[in-house]
Amino acid sequence: MKLNERSVAHYATCDSPADHAGFLHKRVERHHHHHHHHHTTSYHRRWFILKGNLLFYFEDRESREPLGLVVLEGCTVELCEAAEEFAFAIRFDDAGAKAYVLVADCQAAMEAWVKALSRASFDYMRLVVRELEKQLEDARKSLAACHKSPRRLSSGIKRHLSNPAMVPVQEQPPILENGCSKPPPLPPRRRLAAGSVCGAPTTGLSLTGQESPVSPETACFSKLHNWYGQEIAELRREWLESQKSREHGIVKCQEF
Amino acid sequence: MRYNERELLSLARQPAEKAAEILMRVPKKGSVLKKRLVKLVVNFLFYFRTDEAEPLGALLLEHCRITKEEENVFSISFIEDPDRKYSFECDTEEQCQEWIEALRRASYEFMRRSLIFYRNEIQKMTGKDPLEQYGISEEARFQL
Repeated sequence: MKLNERSVAHYATCDSPADHAGFLHKRVERHHHHHHHHHTTSYHRRWFILKGNLLFYFEDRESREPLGLVVLEGCTVELCEAAEEFAFAIRFDDAGAKAYVLVADCQAAMEAWVKALSRASFDYMRLVVRELEKQLEDARKSLAACHKSPRRLSSGIKRHLSNPAMVPVQEQPPILENGCSKPPPLPPRRRLAAGSVCGAPTTGLSLTGQESPVSPETACFSKLHNWYGQEIAELRREWLESQKSREHGIVKCQEF
Repeated sequence: MRYNERELLSLARQPAEKAAEILMRVPKKGSVLKKRLVKLVVNFLFYFRTDEAEPLGALLLEHCRITKEEENVFSISFIEDPDRKYSFECDTEEQCQEWIEALRRASYEFMRRSLIFYRNEIQKMTGKDPLEQYGISEEARFQL
């Protein structure tokens, strides 16, 4: 299969900002070994650059062209049970696909890489964008929100967006998953004024069909929106007050 | 440059944002328009021979320019070589416009810019950073 490699290489090396970069040791494929090599795993130190959903690696930092590229869709990032400390692996849903085993120089570097890689997928970015798009739309629409709503999000959504299905590294679980393998269900659009379905993959909250306002335990995005709406309402009131007293309002309420 | 072709092939089988049979011409000397199944998945455009399961090729849609050419035709070119164009001839002008729209929004970089825009707008309107509660406000990828 062809790929527009020249353009891809250009994207890798141009000065658009990288999402993460650093040296990592990359495990060498076994089948590259000569057959009478005894089974020692070896590693190559490579310079890695993460841009978007693409992980590039270079022979060294000054190289003008990447050695290779890992497309980070449909993958999970896991801590590795390797002899090496600070090892982690990029594994793909596709069972037969080879995993990439990478070793960082220290705990902090490993954690930073695992975090960055687990949020690298296009789907994750799309999830966040859609969520913000919705929030902006709701912030614009919200006027006088009557009830004071708790600011809490459903823990499922909140945890998912901050760590896509990933447990904090400090807790040292053997396996971390990112959201790559199964793109989480997007929080559906609000159908009712007060109620909402939270597509929280882990908690499995489902309020479909309910008419009553969302209870505090199941607080989710509708709460956030109402809270924003409250903010807007307050700002607007302040502005109107200041207008009355002929002072120029600091806040310009647009697009309501 | 090495890449995980197997993963790309797997990606090519994922549900597409957009797919259609379109006449396509690659920027190679003597190249002619050929009917291809063109499939947009995340920031890749895959193209297949219409009767084959495996793509002929893939285009990473970063740092590219989508240009409206003559009627029903658009092209994709890349920033480092703007004259080297992949041409696509659609059935209708409407289809052409739809593809242009979709491809312009297809890059990761476009999504990143959108996110930053929304983040800023929400911050301006509410005084709050919407990413803070997700604990991702310091992530490099979300910075201006």
